[in-house]
Amino acid sequence: MSPSDDQALPGTIFDDSAILSIKDLSRMCAVDERHIVEFVEEGVLSVVNVRSEWHFTGDALRRARLAVRLERDLELNLPGVALAVELLEELAQLRRQLEARGK
Amino acid sequence: MEFKDYYKVMGVARDATEAQIKQAYRKLARKYHPDVSKEKDAEARFKEVGEAYEVLKSPEKRAAYDQLGKDYRPGQDFRPPPNWDQGFEFSGAGPGDPAYSDFFDALFGAQARSRRGRGDDSHPGRGEDHHAKVLLDLDASLNGGARSFTLRMPEIDAEGRLASKERTLNVQVPKGILAGQQIRLAGQGGGAHGNGTPGDLYIEVEFAPHPLYRLDGRDLSLELPVAPWEAALGATVKTPTPTGTVELKIPAGSHAGSKLRLKGRGIPATPPGDFYVVLQIALPPANDEKAKAAYAAMAGAVPFNPRASLGV
Repeated sequence: MSPSDDQALPGTIFDDSAILSIKDLSRMCAVDERHIVEFVEEGVLSVVNVRSEWHFTGDALRRARLAVRLERDLELNLPGVALAVELLEELAQLRRQLEARGK
Repeated sequence: MEFKDYYKVMGVARDATEAQIKQAYRKLARKYHPDVSKEKDAEARFKEVGEAYEVLKSPEKRAAYDQLGKDYRPGQDFRPPPNWDQGFEFSGAGPGDPAYSDFFDALFGAQARSRRGRGDDSHPGRGEDHHAKVLLDLDASLNGGARSFTLRMPEIDAEGRLASKERTLNVQVPKGILAGQQIRLAGQGGGAHGNGTPGDLYIEVEFAPHPLYRLDGRDLSLELPVAPWEAALGATVKTPTPTGTVELKIPAGSHAGSKLRLKGRGIPATPPGDFYVVLQIALPPANDEKAKAAYAAMAGAVPFNPRASLGV
């Protein structure tokens, strides 16, 4: 199904184009800024320094939301969240490779 | 409305201790959490478990539920008596994104819902952001183009009930998007409160397997069958690539598994990925006298032990 291009909503790749402030990210994840700082300190999120201020790329939104969900729903502590996020990403990567091979 | 047996959902006895309930919840939550689980009905099960835990972990709610549940069996038609919840005090909010059953709503609806639908305190007027996942064909990323997605969105209706609403969006997929990345659609999230702006919609992308190309991050690869003599002597052969058929030069002395790189012909991201051609040797069948004679001549002319590496 390929609808015509002219009436389609324009989508942008959020991961590349977005630069988020800590304020943006905390609003989008509905957690306070201190919690975002904790994620950074634990290595869940990485920061880009713009004029000595912390910024985040768009893919930090996905990671931060995942971290918040895991923390809340599974009652994990921060090191547990950091480990789970890393392992889940590795798992997703392996699943993609497996799927690509399994055709 | 059916009566729900929250003890059965959690797999605990009716006289389970708080610690037992917590333990059961953690175990089930890890099993069915939609971010972790690959079980088919994980999301539905996780919500059910979350709902049961929400009630059983709270002494007030559990007492109210037990009081009410004395005369009911699971599945039985259930109608809460009017003002049944008077005399119980409820505290705390539910899990962050609850989609509780009608049964739960009838019991605890007003209290549990009260924190939803207000939007975000720091930006009173702004609508909520929505998030979704879709499976795309690889061509959408290779060439860009419009695709239709049908998304199911939970919505709070006029009576404050949670309902699922389907909507179809026609989206211009940005060229070069990679698996796991998000497409942002400004203003397509939750409705604004008052004069605020609506929230945004984020769509996380995964790709369905492509019939020819294998995807690895931003790189693509293709298994290209070649004849033994093309690999041994070198040849120029036609090969499909995402940007059209090209003439590919196979160097002499190639073997099965040789990898040829076409720089920048992978996913057109920034920077673009590469395109890899992995050679496979296809054997011509020896099904006539001429072909058999050719194989026999080669066997005589070329001393070759394909099993030398096995030590035999």
